[in-house]
Amino acid sequence: MTNKIIRHVLAEFPYQTPRIERGYANQTLYVNVGTGEIKAKPVSDEMKLKFTGGKGFDLWLLWHAVHDDTKWDSPENEIVISTGPCGGITQYPGSGKSLVTTVSPTTEIITDSNAGGHFGPLLKFSGWDAIEVQGIAEKDVMVIVDAIEGKVTIEEMPDAPNDTHLLGRWLYDVLAEKPQEKYYIAMVSAGTGAEHSLLGCLNFSLYDRKRQDVRYKQAARGGPGTVLRQKHIKALVVRAQPFKGDANHPADMERIARVGADIQREIATWDSVQNRMRNRGTSYLVEIMSDYDLLPVNNFKFGSHPQARDINGAYWETRVTQGLPDGCWYGCTVACAHAVDGFELQTGPYKGHKVIVDGPEYETIGAIGSTCGIFDPDAILELNFYCDTYGIDTISYGNTISFLMECYEVGILDQEKTGGLELTFGNAAASLEILHQLARGEGLGKIAALGVRKAKTYVIEHYGADPQFVQDIGMENKGMEYSMYMGKESLAQQGGYALTNKGPQHDEAWLIFMDQVNNQIPTFEDKAEALHYFPMWRTWFGLCGFCKLPWNDVVDPKNSKSAEPAKIPHHVQNYVDIFSAVTGREVDINEIIAMSERVYNFQRVFNIRLGKGLREHDYPPYRGVGPVTEEEYESRRERYDQQLREWLGLDPDAMTLQEKMAAHRHYRTERYERLMDAVYERRGWTRNGVPTVEKLKALGIDFPEVLAVVEKKLRAED
Amino acid sequence: MITLNKREELEWHEGLTVQDILKQKTFTYPHIIVSINGAVIDHDAYAETLIPDEADVRVIHLIAGG
Ligand code: SF4
Repeated sequence: MTNKIIRHVLAEFPYQTPRIERGYANQTLYVNVGTGEIKAKPVSDEMKLKFTGGKGFDLWLLWHAVHDDTKWDSPENEIVISTGPCGGITQYPGSGKSLVTTVSPTTEIITDSNAGGHFGPLLKFSGWDAIEVQGIAEKDVMVIVDAIEGKVTIEEMPDAPNDTHLLGRWLYDVLAEKPQEKYYIAMVSAGTGAEHSLLGCLNFSLYDRKRQDVRYKQAARGGPGTVLRQKHIKALVVRAQPFKGDANHPADMERIARVGADIQREIATWDSVQNRMRNRGTSYLVEIMSDYDLLPVNNFKFGSHPQARDINGAYWETRVTQGLPDGCWYGCTVACAHAVDGFELQTGPYKGHKVIVDGPEYETIGAIGSTCGIFDPDAILELNFYCDTYGIDTISYGNTISFLMECYEVGILDQEKTGGLELTFGNAAASLEILHQLARGEGLGKIAALGVRKAKTYVIEHYGADPQFVQDIGMENKGMEYSMYMGKESLAQQGGYALTNKGPQHDEAWLIFMDQVNNQIPTFEDKAEALHYFPMWRTWFGLCGFCKLPWNDVVDPKNSKSAEPAKIPHHVQNYVDIFSAVTGREVDINEIIAMSERVYNFQRVFNIRLGKGLREHDYPPYRGVGPVTEEEYESRRERYDQQLREWLGLDPDAMTLQEKMAAHRHYRTERYERLMDAVYERRGWTRNGVPTVEKLKALGIDFPEVLAVVEKKLRAED
Repeated sequence: MITLNKREELEWHEGLTVQDILKQKTFTYPHIIVSINGAVIDHDAYAETLIPDEADVRVIHLIAGG
């Protein structure tokens, strides 16, 4: 450690790393950066049984930390991070995820977001199943969990840079006494953009041994980076001891190794002829989505574009560095976390610097690319890099810019209001300029910094925009911007987006192909069943520390002969085996679903406690349901006309365009109401979306304070 | 006429193959199962497999994405 660096220790808590037993450290870490209090909290057996870990632990800790009226910027709001009992396994791919939970600045309810990188597993191996950070520091601080020195500190480090790509290199140099120590350091940070916007993401670092540099994966949804910077935290850091592949001390190591070897073989055999994740990452989706009319283009008006081929997987395969083990945690042979090396920046404060750009992943390509009408790969890389280092969620940023672009194209904004920018779809230079403004807290960047929901209010209040039109085209639900799939022709996906706890992120349910293309869930009941099973199944990954991708992005073709191929039963069995083998708690798929149901319903009640989480909050914007504008209708006229004939028995030839659009709107919105009824019933909720007392009792989460929230709401409904 | 995925009716003509349907529908995703009247068609045989009139054709995409 160099002596020149100023490290002003504000608080210190000595501790000894306990032995990890069956995936658990059996304690969590509480840090208050406002008061300097640091303490350990025990993890009870009941906590493990009912909340499992990961997001479950996050929510349980957060529930006890906040009040009914806590806002995102209240001192008692917390950032809670946990991996889960299987986090840190190196024998099964995709076992190093961390889950972040906080009260969100954009949705004002609970947001959760997952990321790869090394923080969660290293935190656990340093003795902590979760970290909860509360309070607001006076000046910028670091929270450093140092397992080598056996202490947790809150420190001021006034020389530390702000933006993540600089901060990471600086901090790793400061903390590592020997170069190899960098392998076992991980940090969570944001950047200057997160200081000036509600769209702040968290960068989770990992040390790339081949590149000898720090890289980052993002937990981005709902603005956790904004909360971090509002607390005046520059970084949460862990400095761990070297560890071995059995660091979780699982109950049955041999069983884990056997299941792991099986899936590694599957990946080695099939990835190269399926999605080629090992070569191009999730960018393989661009072309497919465009071919199936599902790629958001121009603020979700359209679903495909001929220039999509300029930014498709085949292109990125030529652009990202090949041949490196790009896993975001050890042992992940899917290795989809690619990067473009030596990218020379053309704009902004780091113009001329050569940098590593992590990604771009599909969601980012869609958000800052196609949905803004931008198909220039260099512009996408530049936007991607700056969003990351500034600590900005690419999905939310892209949606907000595409919303503002449409506002410009319809005349709600003009050059006077944009500060001279011609904010048309496709103008990458304008998007970059606004991003830099956002990071400086200036100009139009201040409106983009609000996210779509608050930007809607802004243009209504300041520029007299038509509230209905603005509501229709702004792609957000609950205050969270949509991830990158067009759901207009998939009712189930409309529910998969909006009938969610945190908002329209596809990590709960991705049903477009099952529904729209394959027609495997034709009835309301079928869709409701899918909107029960898949959200519960996918929630479970975030309780345990797993990445969802190895579940369904590489699959042995013999899966197609199974009774329910969409569930990928032999991979489900792998997870049953791994969880049982780590924890020694023998489970089956029903128990897995029950674990998720407990946490899922608990999160729903938590949102109700914070004043939301009801039916009225579960409606999508109409842009996500059907054609808002004449231009959109005309772009798919044949399909929409045919639907009028088949669905409604109408003769489109005898109708005006306005009549046809009105008929669609009436039908599509009514159909969505019926879906809500079916889903709520399947989930054991009232028509207003409130979990019933019976449901909570059946799940074993009928804690008095939980029941009190629900009973109060149910009484009000009566 | 043939039925695609129990929903859509498509024109039938003499010599219509599985490949033709995939092209017509821009079904480019490689990981699919095609069946005609319940019989699964080999991946390698799409170009030469003829679809009879009135057939019940299913093209199931094995993508659970996102
Ligand atoms: S599949 Fe990709 S995102 Fe998931 S753990 Fe592996 S490298 Fe990370």
